[in-house]
Amino acid sequence: MHERVAIVGVGCTGFRSASPEQSYKEMVYEAAVRAYNDAGVDPRSDIESFVTVAEDFHEGTSIFDEYTPDQIGGALKPVHTITGDGIHGIATAYMLIRTGQFDIVAVEGHSKASNIKTLPSITAYAQDPVLNRPLSLNSHFIAGLEMNRFLHVSGTLHEHCAAVVTKNRFNALSNPLAPYGADLSIEDVLSGPIFSWPLGKREIADHSDGAIVMVLASQEIANSLTDKPIWILGVGWNNDSPSLENRDWSRAIYAEAAARMAYRQAGINNPLEAIDIAEVDDTYAYKELQALEALGFCREGEAGNLTIEGFTSPDSRLPVNVSGGSLGMGNLLEANGLARTYEIILQLRGEAGAQQVEDTNIGLAQSWRGVPTNSGAVLILAN
Amino acid sequence: MTAKIKEFPGTSLNEQDFSDGKILYNFDKLNGAFSWDTGIGIGAYLASLKNGVILGSHCKTCRKIVVPPRIFCEWCFRPMDEFIPLQDTGIVNTYSLCYVTWDVQRIKDPEIPAVINIDGASPLHGIMHMLGEIDPQEVKIGMRVQAVWKPAHERQGSITDILYFKPAKEN
Amino acid sequence: MGMRKVAVVGAGMTKFVRRAQETPKELSWEAAHMALDSCEMTMDDIEAVCLGTAPDAFDGIHLNGEYLSDGAGAWRKPYMRSYVGGGTGVFVPIQGWYHIASGLFDVVMVVAEEKMSSFYPHAQAAFLTIFDHITERPLKPNLLWIFALEMNRYMTTYGISKADIAQVAVQHKRNAADHPCSLLGDADITVDDILNSEVLAWPVQRLDVSPVSDGAVAVILAAEHIAKRITDKPVWIEGVGWHLDTSYWTNRDLAYPRYVEYAARMAYDMAGIKEPRKEIHIAEPYDPFDYKALHHLEGLQLAERGKAPELYSDGTASRTGNMPICPSGGLLGVGNPIAAAGLMKIAELFWQLRGEAGLRQVPGQPRRGLAQAWGDLMQVGTVVIMGR
Repeated sequence: MHERVAIVGVGCTGFRSASPEQSYKEMVYEAAVRAYNDAGVDPRSDIESFVTVAEDFHEGTSIFDEYTPDQIGGALKPVHTITGDGIHGIATAYMLIRTGQFDIVAVEGHSKASNIKTLPSITAYAQDPVLNRPLSLNSHFIAGLEMNRFLHVSGTLHEHCAAVVTKNRFNALSNPLAPYGADLSIEDVLSGPIFSWPLGKREIADHSDGAIVMVLASQEIANSLTDKPIWILGVGWNNDSPSLENRDWSRAIYAEAAARMAYRQAGINNPLEAIDIAEVDDTYAYKELQALEALGFCREGEAGNLTIEGFTSPDSRLPVNVSGGSLGMGNLLEANGLARTYEIILQLRGEAGAQQVEDTNIGLAQSWRGVPTNSGAVLILAN
Repeated sequence: MTAKIKEFPGTSLNEQDFSDGKILYNFDKLNGAFSWDTGIGIGAYLASLKNGVILGSHCKTCRKIVVPPRIFCEWCFRPMDEFIPLQDTGIVNTYSLCYVTWDVQRIKDPEIPAVINIDGASPLHGIMHMLGEIDPQEVKIGMRVQAVWKPAHERQGSITDILYFKPAKEN
Repeated sequence: MGMRKVAVVGAGMTKFVRRAQETPKELSWEAAHMALDSCEMTMDDIEAVCLGTAPDAFDGIHLNGEYLSDGAGAWRKPYMRSYVGGGTGVFVPIQGWYHIASGLFDVVMVVAEEKMSSFYPHAQAAFLTIFDHITERPLKPNLLWIFALEMNRYMTTYGISKADIAQVAVQHKRNAADHPCSLLGDADITVDDILNSEVLAWPVQRLDVSPVSDGAVAVILAAEHIAKRITDKPVWIEGVGWHLDTSYWTNRDLAYPRYVEYAARMAYDMAGIKEPRKEIHIAEPYDPFDYKALHHLEGLQLAERGKAPELYSDGTASRTGNMPICPSGGLLGVGNPIAAAGLMKIAELFWQLRGEAGLRQVPGQPRRGLAQAWGDLMQVGTVVIMGR
């Protein structure tokens, strides 16, 4: 068994609302070339297995696994697809290396959301076909229900959710990869159109296109490839009930359980003390607050106040979503977790440029698979 | 295990149960529309089809000429930036006579899908298309075929700019 | 090598039927709970769940893996779905294997479920979307095309006749008459029946094909120290392999599945197998069409190229032969609910190697079996070798 595994290479394309000049294969190829160059590996001879994350209905193709190998250097190699978020993909590569059978494994995720002309219909197709879909509701209703319950139970205010938007989109202004940077006020956020009350349009991350590839390696290989390996201290993932009729609407229990699993592996008892920087799900602004509580960074009801007081801004105790999060970088569908992880890796390597946060040694990335799911993952990394 | 279990779960329904109204069901239809970016490789392929030419690309490292063209060679994992016009003739690699449409309608005269290795591309490199103007019983693996194009003003930049491949004279 | 040993300790399955009354979640539940009962475990003992199911398009449910998670027992558990098309049924136990071999988990539930009948009017139409969106779909291709094209290439390259191939359908469907879950078992079917059946896409005829079906299968995997406490007959996963070929299938020779060979070599290496034809006692190659079993046997190195039909004509492949092939009855006989069909082969080997396969039992106490599945666009091979 290979116990210690590190991320030794990362590469991505820029993220933007449309990418007409590249097919998805060409976009992924670009990210792969960058990642393999970063890791100093040739996928044809060095990489032993490849894991991609994708969903058929996001691609408009059934058995999308067919179309994954060529652009990542995986033709006629052990490649498989996980229908999950990028962090599920990283967890899979981590398990593959730990078996001892593989030393170097690549992970790929991408979004071509711009190519999905009827994305709300597609998303609605994930709702229960008998119990929920006949209501013909835009899937944001699920986030609206959850947000309302979360605010009610935790005492969080709408202004607190808006503060997540202003923070993250302002952070995105310094991130050359992020397309949705903006300097907004709380009032700007709250005065936008209401989508599914209390959820407003400006609290929902717009989608963007882009691709991310990462290379993982066992300890021995990692140390020979790079002097900045980023070690996986722990990874957790969990599914709560997929059914809308059967869930706790105020807490992200899947995130609590995924975090517990990752913290246990990492030997972390006090997340706030141990974690220096975090990238969490903010595909809806309230989710960031819910995540902070689920990840144990604060008690129930505190996340809102902490945010509005600046506790999670780049220059404070626990910088959260310095990259801009999904609100700033765009909702990248299955690649969201990889985007969150990408930022943590740059930070831990000291390669985050204008966004660099000082003294970061342990970082956390968390993702959620989006409405209507109750599924997410947590990754803890160290330099 | 299976010797010990007497009853396996699973209740079989038949079509008649549905048309007799004995089974409650609900019906839904997906509204899924996609507009896929063709990118450089396939974009060039389609533009070239509009001009009545089948385009391939050449990898300098392994020297293969492949079709449809792409901007990287999947075997060498290197960029492939030479686009090469190929001929619009080729050899039938394999074919079938299909009496059932994609949505399971029976047809009397078969559709003839085939893989055609295109002249000018490396051996065993071809495209899937249809055969036409041929008696189904006359089709043979190894026969030479020739593309039949739509008239230029009707072409759209699509694989259907080629109507089908028909038998060609041997060289 | 220091790799953790992983065993299959329990299995369960539903009948494979043309149209099931049960919902996809219910099918998963039936198989999962039967697998738990078979080794007297409960969901509390299960630490993670792996699920396989093939195209979401059949069920008409996006994020189908998430939807099915509770039926598979994944409530408040780590859960992932792997998806490699038709190869999924033999891949999902590989997924379970790496969950345990990694050291992260000790006991994993593996479920494969398929409810193809939801797609209206016929599941086959959903396959239109597996083809390339730009270069192929405008031609309105049919799933039957790729099989027919490959079958024709295989037959022509090696001079194999339809009668040679029909033997496979006959033997598998006859074997399936002894499988309690089978849809198409037929003890009396003959080669002539196959050759006289309706031509769908020449050279493919109706009885060369396994039909659309619904069903689910589940197995429980456990790390060595736990496996030995649960059962005195654990069946070890001795080797796993998988390989995915290029998506450009028209740039390859369809006569030989090299991706199956590579997957098999990976599994043989891991299992320390040097002479597969001697060391594999039972083979369950993937047989959605009869010629595919032959094609795959050659890729698996269990027959010379072009010579697999001889295994059937000389009796090697029969249940009492030297290397029984598809004693379960395979997909041709039991049915083809895509992902579940592959896992059915794993369950079959589990029962066979423990002497629990009832009327289908291969005599002589077989110790080692191989299950293989295939999928995507003539593209992926997945192989698992099990042994006692």
